[in-house]
Amino acid sequence: MKNIHCKDITECVKNLCIKANCILNDDVYAAISKASEYEESEIGKDILKKIMENARIAHSEMKPICQDTGMAVIFIELGQDVHIQGGFIKDAVNEGVRLGYKEGYLRKSIVFDPLIRKNTNDNTPALIHYDIVEGENIKITVAPKGFGSENMSRIFMLKPSDGRDGVINAVMESVINAGSNPCPPMVIGVGIGSDFEGCALLSKKALLRPIGTFSDKEHLKSIEKELFNKINSLGIGPQGLGGRFTVLGVNVVCAPTHIAGMPVAVNISCHVTRHAEEIL
Amino acid sequence: MRKDFKLSAPLDKDTVSILDAGDSVLISGTVYTARDAAHKKMIEGLNEGNNLPFDIKNSVIYFAGPAPAKKGEPIGSVGPTTSYRMDAYSPITLKLGVSAFIGKGKISKDVIDAMIKYKAVYIGAIGGAGALLSSHVIENEVIAYPELGAEAVHKLTVKDFPGIVVIDSRGNNLYETEYLKYKK
Repeated sequence: MKNIHCKDITECVKNLCIKANCILNDDVYAAISKASEYEESEIGKDILKKIMENARIAHSEMKPICQDTGMAVIFIELGQDVHIQGGFIKDAVNEGVRLGYKEGYLRKSIVFDPLIRKNTNDNTPALIHYDIVEGENIKITVAPKGFGSENMSRIFMLKPSDGRDGVINAVMESVINAGSNPCPPMVIGVGIGSDFEGCALLSKKALLRPIGTFSDKEHLKSIEKELFNKINSLGIGPQGLGGRFTVLGVNVVCAPTHIAGMPVAVNISCHVTRHAEEIL
Repeated sequence: MRKDFKLSAPLDKDTVSILDAGDSVLISGTVYTARDAAHKKMIEGLNEGNNLPFDIKNSVIYFAGPAPAKKGEPIGSVGPTTSYRMDAYSPITLKLGVSAFIGKGKISKDVIDAMIKYKAVYIGAIGGAGALLSSHVIENEVIAYPELGAEAVHKLTVKDFPGIVVIDSRGNNLYETEYLKYKK
């Protein structure tokens, strides 16, 4: 049994909010850099170079890479042998978001009600996903998600007979529909299986896997490779202004599902695909 | 061929008409930020007989909601937001005299038709390059709807703010033409 104090959780979340929003992870930067070398479109090449310059400015000035510092999506893997002291974990996480978005000069983009639409002015509440795991640590991952790309995401309740082609077609349809909107070059998270809400969560978690890596399941790896090539043959290109790089990475994950179904969620993300994590 | 232009904002309609899709522009002068909630408020205000919070004739509207400024800086990161969400309002602002929108992503045929009718251009700024673009903003003042927070209307003074003419005042549209050159 290990005791972890709420104030340490708050401090951790605060720091991760700032870090994730201001420092582009190496894998994403490397993918953009590689794309800028191979991009055939002059405009596209120039855009990719400016995107890299933007990331460098953001890091050195600790300014948000993108002004849409997102909804604070937070994954918590809570070891079952942890005892949380000094308050309620949800409050501690939200306090961390409140402080991080204030002290990091991050944009407050959350409205308390989707129809009444009044800004909460501190970017809370965070969207928190809890997993109870073995052990006596807490792993906290902060993955801010902008809505330019989130709005382009889709769910498809496919039939078992749709098979692998159904998955490919669902992703292609989503990407074509998204076009220039989600700030291409994009990163695509695909969740296959589980149920309606489960596949959506899988697709979001898929975005956490480093760009440039592949699934360790052969059948998913082949889907990732095929989608990467197919999407980059569409010509949409950086910012939708034409070019070779429409996507930087496609990450596919799957989970058990029902005999009658094959849910597929396509979570579209932008070239500022962000997350930062820490273990307490 | 693509041409380079230095534009001053507000932007007169004669200048608008010589811009072609594909031209690179550097904008200096005054632009106004407005996104979802500000557009809703502006149009509701008009319907209630109120004036708009800024002179809309020949204006440049930047679809954007900036991040907060650090001490001693005019503004935080400020890249474009996705433009189609303002499609419901853009034909109205075009009719009232807007010369240019700065944004990212596709816009509807209704908006493009209104751009042709009232002579306006759609300028793409790099989405997700908010830190870089903020360095082209030299002054920033909230002039309306401060209660909207990030969605308030900001009057920005910009210098050499970079963009690409994505849709010109004749309806030529890079989103329709450029991908075809790279499609396999």
